Amino acid sequence: MTASTQAPARQGRGQHAKRARPPLSEGARAERRLAFLLCAPAVIVMIAVTAYPLIYAIYLSLERYNLELPQQTKFIGFANWAAVLGSPYWWHALLVTVIITVFSVAITLVLGMLLAQALHRLPFSRGATRTVSLIPYGIVTVAAAYSWQYAWTPQQGYLSSMFNNGAPLTNQAEAIIVIIIAEVWKTTPFMGLLLLAGLSLVPEDLLKAAKVDGATAWQRFTRVTLPLMKPAILVALLFRTLDSFRIFDSIFILTSGNNGTGAVSNLGYDNLFNALNLGIGSTISILIFICVAIIAVVFIVGFGTAAPGTDIEKR
Amino acid sequence: MAVLTGRQRGGWATANFVVLALALIPVLWLLSLSFKTPAAVLDPSLWPAQWTWGNYSGILTSSQFLRPLVNSIGIGLISTVIAVVLASMAAYAVARLRFPGKSVLIGMALLIAMFPLIALVTPMFTIERALGLFNTWFGLIIPYVAFGLPLGIYTLSAFFREIPWELEKAAKMDGATPLQAFIRVIAPLAAPGMVTTAILVFLACWNDFLLAISFTSTVSSRTAPAAMEYFSGGNVFTVPTGPIAAAAVVITIPIVIFVLFFQRRIVAGLTSGAVKG
Repeated sequence: MTASTQAPARQGRGQHAKRARPPLSEGARAERRLAFLLCAPAVIVMIAVTAYPLIYAIYLSLERYNLELPQQTKFIGFANWAAVLGSPYWWHALLVTVIITVFSVAITLVLGMLLAQALHRLPFSRGATRTVSLIPYGIVTVAAAYSWQYAWTPQQGYLSSMFNNGAPLTNQAEAIIVIIIAEVWKTTPFMGLLLLAGLSLVPEDLLKAAKVDGATAWQRFTRVTLPLMKPAILVALLFRTLDSFRIFDSIFILTSGNNGTGAVSNLGYDNLFNALNLGIGSTISILIFICVAIIAVVFIVGFGTAAPGTDIEKR
Repeated sequence: MAVLTGRQRGGWATANFVVLALALIPVLWLLSLSFKTPAAVLDPSLWPAQWTWGNYSGILTSSQFLRPLVNSIGIGLISTVIAVVLASMAAYAVARLRFPGKSVLIGMALLIAMFPLIALVTPMFTIERALGLFNTWFGLIIPYVAFGLPLGIYTLSAFFREIPWELEKAAKMDGATPLQAFIRVIAPLAAPGMVTTAILVFLACWNDFLLAISFTSTVSSRTAPAAMEYFSGGNVFTVPTGPIAAAAVVITIPIVIFVLFFQRRIVAGLTSGAVKG
């Protein structure tokens, strides 16, 4: 009864609001229609592949659903969540992921900055050096991971033979170091390129002026270059952190997550394909999504990172 | 650049050498392994004692690798074409047209660019099995397109913004519809940006491992990076190090050449969306 009396009122208000706006010209309306038409396919695909499965995963996470026992599928509320959050496996994998992310991103930032400085100031063969330094970016992650795995295999790897035929991949701490090395090697060129682009925005005159005023090279770097590069650094860090948090391929090849070296992505994968437990796997999926969202919010809101693309609106 | 002293020159040469060595050694190691005979694989030296083409001829005559290689190329190309076409349309709207919901679209693309792939694997696995997409080309193409789109929309809208407005206006004044203006005027100017985007999207598809091993179960749709895992040695006691190294080289070398050849474009593309903050 109340609904039927309210509905027309709301509709009326909507019509009124519409009428109050300046009427759109024929051209503007056509422009709008074209914009929606052009965006629609991309939006539909993106929603179909991400939003829909994510919502479906939330639903699956509330079910007991094991592919080996499909007839026992049933709604069990938050039991999967309690199981995952109460399990040492999840927290251990999260800790491993955080360690790998923090160390690899920090080391990549320092090395990427050195690489950017070198590529920016190298007096000769700059083009050739930039070309070669792009190779790790181009190589397929899995192929690089095999290279590192064989290099650290005792008796047959060049790196292992340099370190007393050690077998670092069979030991948790050493294996994590190898994983971090592989990650740093692969991603430093990307970091270096992003920072190089930021570095080229630092006016040369400013650095010269600082030099005339007697600033040392280090002072010029920390007082002039770094503050001016801050936006570029934050964007590069955001990208690298999110990417590193999703690490899967190299761990899968290097250790298969054995000896407590699995990241959260490896845990999620194992739960799906070895335990065939869709309920638990979905719970882990959503938890990883929440972690990634927290990282993004911390960077964008906390550090004021200009999210790429947001400047489009301002222009 | 001012004249360099001998010491500065030496310093830069050393830095240069370190960068080159660090970037190249793991790749050279793979190359070396791929040319080693099964006996020589156990020798840790970077220079093979005995050389062989056996690893290459082995994998290139085996359907266990050839078929996945064809899958990789086919799936990568189809995904790239679809993603670039859809992203160009959306990026044109973002860069050129006024419409409500633009910031929502940009925010959504940003969210998807940050999306953890593993969060998709469990639900998509279930959905793909229900729809019969599991272990088919399209089972991989659809997610690859979806994840190529944000990258494409960013890169392309950055490129599209650089295109002079006046040309489009002039075309419209001459009586072209917005669609004609897009096809006749903007698209040719946007071609370099589209090539860059295509390269980045193709590299992402070619590189993917997680979705490739999750949504395929046989060589009929498994891609090359996923197939390497299933290689076997001559007998159960041999580790297939040589064949895996050769396969790694085969899937890597073309991409490395590609990257080196298009490096200016790739650098422009990677930095276009990210650094203008």
